[in-house]
Amino acid sequence: MKVSEKDVLYVADLANLELTEAEGQRMLKDLNSILDYIDMLGQLDTKDVPPMAQVATLAASDRKDTAKFEYAVRADEVKSCLTHEQAMMNAPDTDGTYFKVPKVIDKSGEGTE
Amino acid sequence: MKFDALTIDFVRDLILRKETTATALAEGFYRKIDSEDPKIHAFLTLTKERALAKAAEIDAMADRGDELPPLAGVPVGIKDVLMTREITTTAGSRILENFVAPYDATAVAKLEAAGAIVLGKLNCDEFAMGSSNENSGYGPVHNPRDLSRVPGGSSGGSAAAVAANMAVATLGSDTGGSIRQPAAFCGVVGLMPTYGRVSRYGLIAFASSLDHVGPLTKTVKDAATVLQVIAGRDKCDSTSADVPVGDYVSEIGRPVKGLRIGIPDEYFPPELDGEVNAAVQKTIEDLRTAGCEVKRISLPHTKYAIPTYYIVATAEASANLARFDGVRYAFRAKGAATLSEMYRRTRDGGFGSEVKRRIMLGTYALSAGYYDAYYLKAQQVRTLLTRDFQKAFAEVDAIVTPTSPTPAFKLGEKVDDPVSMYLADIFTVTADLVGIPGISVPCGATKEGLPIGVQVLGRHFDEATVLRVGHVVEHERAK
Repeated sequence: MKVSEKDVLYVADLANLELTEAEGQRMLKDLNSILDYIDMLGQLDTKDVPPMAQVATLAASDRKDTAKFEYAVRADEVKSCLTHEQAMMNAPDTDGTYFKVPKVIDKSGEGTE
Repeated sequence: MKFDALTIDFVRDLILRKETTATALAEGFYRKIDSEDPKIHAFLTLTKERALAKAAEIDAMADRGDELPPLAGVPVGIKDVLMTREITTTAGSRILENFVAPYDATAVAKLEAAGAIVLGKLNCDEFAMGSSNENSGYGPVHNPRDLSRVPGGSSGGSAAAVAANMAVATLGSDTGGSIRQPAAFCGVVGLMPTYGRVSRYGLIAFASSLDHVGPLTKTVKDAATVLQVIAGRDKCDSTSADVPVGDYVSEIGRPVKGLRIGIPDEYFPPELDGEVNAAVQKTIEDLRTAGCEVKRISLPHTKYAIPTYYIVATAEASANLARFDGVRYAFRAKGAATLSEMYRRTRDGGFGSEVKRRIMLGTYALSAGYYDAYYLKAQQVRTLLTRDFQKAFAEVDAIVTPTSPTPAFKLGEKVDDPVSMYLADIFTVTADLVGIPGISVPCGATKEGLPIGVQVLGRHFDEATVLRVGHVVEHERAK
């Protein structure tokens, strides 16, 4: 087994997921079965193989270096965008100007989250 | 109304010749949806008001004798991972149940600007993660060809809507096969364009280096027509490519004589379904008859594509889905005392089990100590997969394979075994990893009448050849 129960809890914590006991058990089984399958990549020697960093655009460009990406930059000009109301319209809790969330700082002095 | 015969050109022509109106057509499709969809469940939201307003616009143009745009009056459906302004957009997830999109995805805006009538939003696997549509937070789609079977996924609603004549064309998204595999399962055409050919602006992200927007249609020509409309550089998506858009519609008719077609050994393993193999072999013979030069090739790293995919896709997904925290939009779990508790309970209550599985796998692959072994390794293998194709495309102009190793499977058949479900995408994921275009075209049926699809892959930005070969497959089959 590659992943232990402890690992599952640790990764769930990193991912901000709260798994129930049953979900945790199922996750343990599934992650191990998927990781066992993924293990086959170990058969390949990739010592001198560069990792892929860009998908298709390079294939279509004969420009050099940063010139390849010139099309993706633009002048820093002010343009119209979503209004405040549009940007806030799906907010679960708002005072009309800001998003509201439960408290972040614990005033009892036990530190922050 | 003879729904079966309604292709894009035919619809436009009917309106042009005043034999029908866009309004009458849209209303006819809504009646069809009312009668068919209760058993298929392809639509999540109907957008009648918007559709009828657009239809009235098209009818007014026709009345004035204006020149009609290429998709004038064509009823379309949109996979619910694409944003539609002022319309609920859920990505098939409960976490977005009440999310109303503030703007239109570029592909959707381009369709409407070309005259299309958006009938509604289509069911899909949650955040496009799945191969059977059974991961939708709103219940599965049933395959219109056999209601006990899955329509494929994740664009299951998009494929089923076209197959059941509830839309003339639909938009889907493809990250590991999610346009092509459901197209094969439902017996329709599904085109995944080159990475960057179609803007991803307004597409709810699953895996940003793998996500593609593309059409599902009844015919290859319709796929070419829709691609023509949605393709091109978009300043809102910096990964959309600055590459000229071809004239796909006129190119499909060009003869294929002398075109070199590669048949990769690795895509015909012993466990390939016999009927799928027979139908694809027949298609290859048809291409030979049409004058193509068919040759065996090898793509030696093929078997590494699925494990590579499940690292890259889940790693990117774990990062993309971090935005669902209950703060700025969508579902928020009630009653949490602290911010941290709110994050956790929101994500736990909002995401389904496959999404959680992938977030966990991706977070694990990116976590300290595992990055090199998993993510870096996968990106290196991705380079090897790309080299396989570069080598192959030095010898051939297109590659032909089965789209899926089996026809549509039964609902529930694979839900308890994630690895077996992932293998349903074994012939489609590589194209996503490499970024090349691919199409699935119906090429036959099993004895039980289940559709079989053949896949055509081409060079980066060479959708024209992919469509041309697909067009010949379609033409030969119709003989």
